[in-house]
Amino acid sequence: MKKLLTIAAMLGLMSAASVAVQANPQQDLAEFRAYFKDRFPDVPFNDYVNGVYAVDQASREQWEAIEEFPPYELNIDKGKKLFSTPFKNGKTYASCFRNGGIGIKQDYPYYDTTAGKVVTLEGAINACRKKNGEKPLKWKKGAIADISAYMAYTSRGHKIDVKIPADEGALKAYNRGKNHFYAKRGQLNMSCADCHQWNAGNRVRADILSPALGHTSHFPVYRSKWGGLGTIHRRYGGCNKQVRAKPYKAQSVEYDDLEYFHTYMSNGLKLNGPGARK
Amino acid sequence: MINMKRRTFLKGSVAAGAVGAAVSAGLLTPRTVMAAWPTAAFESKSVDSALDALAGSHALEGSDKISIRAPDIAENGAVVPVSITTSIANAESISILAEKNAAPLTASFVLGTGAEGFVSTRIKMGKTSSVIAVVKAGGKMYSTGKEVKVTIGGCGG
Amino acid sequence: MASIKIRAKLSGDVTTVKALIKHPMETGQRKDKKTGKKIPAHFIQEVKCEHNGTAVMTALWGAAVSKNPYLSFKFKGAKAGDSLKLSWVDNKGQSDSTETKVS
Repeated sequence: MKKLLTIAAMLGLMSAASVAVQANPQQDLAEFRAYFKDRFPDVPFNDYVNGVYAVDQASREQWEAIEEFPPYELNIDKGKKLFSTPFKNGKTYASCFRNGGIGIKQDYPYYDTTAGKVVTLEGAINACRKKNGEKPLKWKKGAIADISAYMAYTSRGHKIDVKIPADEGALKAYNRGKNHFYAKRGQLNMSCADCHQWNAGNRVRADILSPALGHTSHFPVYRSKWGGLGTIHRRYGGCNKQVRAKPYKAQSVEYDDLEYFHTYMSNGLKLNGPGARK
Repeated sequence: MINMKRRTFLKGSVAAGAVGAAVSAGLLTPRTVMAAWPTAAFESKSVDSALDALAGSHALEGSDKISIRAPDIAENGAVVPVSITTSIANAESISILAEKNAAPLTASFVLGTGAEGFVSTRIKMGKTSSVIAVVKAGGKMYSTGKEVKVTIGGCGG
Repeated sequence: MASIKIRAKLSGDVTTVKALIKHPMETGQRKDKKTGKKIPAHFIQEVKCEHNGTAVMTALWGAAVSKNPYLSFKFKGAKAGDSLKLSWVDNKGQSDSTETKVS
């Protein structure tokens, strides 16, 4: 009996070790969801897509007032126009995407096993431009955000479905993203998780920290602070700066991988972009 | 000349003769004929002087027939949703002032034919302050106020 | 027309109008980060809404109205299908207008 237990214990240790070396996304996801369910027992799973407004009533009311006629509607209109305008060669964005680019945001980001990298929606938009002889758009705001907003809008209600194929490169990218999320950085020596997981719902001065579960569903986002629309990488850069860390470039591998992990953690939640936030 | 502008605004009607004279004198360009923009009111640095410039007086009567819907703590001082509802009969205008703003008068809504006592907009507030709603009706001005806290954010600004 | 989004919904005998206008609403106090110079004031001063040619609402605004301003008000006396016109003028003399039907 003792021998059996010892062997079982050893096996247990070994499999734990192999799990640490090889990221287990599904297990991570289960633990992530369990953590937030435990932290906010009264918040229904589907409400996490509303970020801080799912956990704070006072700011929720202000957000609902903004949602009566949200400023991002202007961006959706602009994005639709840009999306439908042909390139110089006569083709449109629709030619680069599944289903003509309509209602497909839940697929992003995805891991391109051939190219060996994570592809984000904005990355795909600019890749489409390059393919059709057009100059790339700037990454953080402006036209790319408008187009992304339109595509996000057509995908509202679709459940986030980021796939991690059984591919070494994909798992590595996922792992790098996960490491970024949990690594301390900057002069303030804080990680994404410090604010958005361990302290979700708590205040940092006058701000309430949003839970990381459901974080990515509402991008691109119209932030009152920006007075305009911005992409998720724009926000990543801002967040890095806010802990006084040097930000990475938008659409760098670092942020692509982070977005990959970050979005996977919101799988199953319904897309609700573009969104309005403070 | 300034008097003429103010009175035209207050009456809310096109006093053809006076306005016509003002237009030909180059004081009012045609597109602003209906309601000249009250510069002095919008540039006034206090609630009292803004109301003096806007309506000729700053005498306010507190009223419980005006309600202000605004957050207790603004999420972002640049975009504070404010809604004013009033049941005061024959309300002619609803004005919104942010007491501690450099220039308190933020907006004034002239209610036209059939308009209900309700307006909603989003305003900028520089700091924690009372938001004051002033309803003009029957030659008097009624008001109520609500404090809205404006804080500096936490995520480094 | 391109800068204004408007919705006019009739419920009973009250029409609720909601409008969102694309406009920077610059106060004139903000500094350009690159040049350090103040960005000149540029804000809507007047918004007018007309129903069948009669003004139902005239809004006089200062620069303290938020960027991409929102406006909502209610009025009686309209029927479904009636025409509503919303127009604005800013301090630089720029303007825009749009028409919509009460639904």
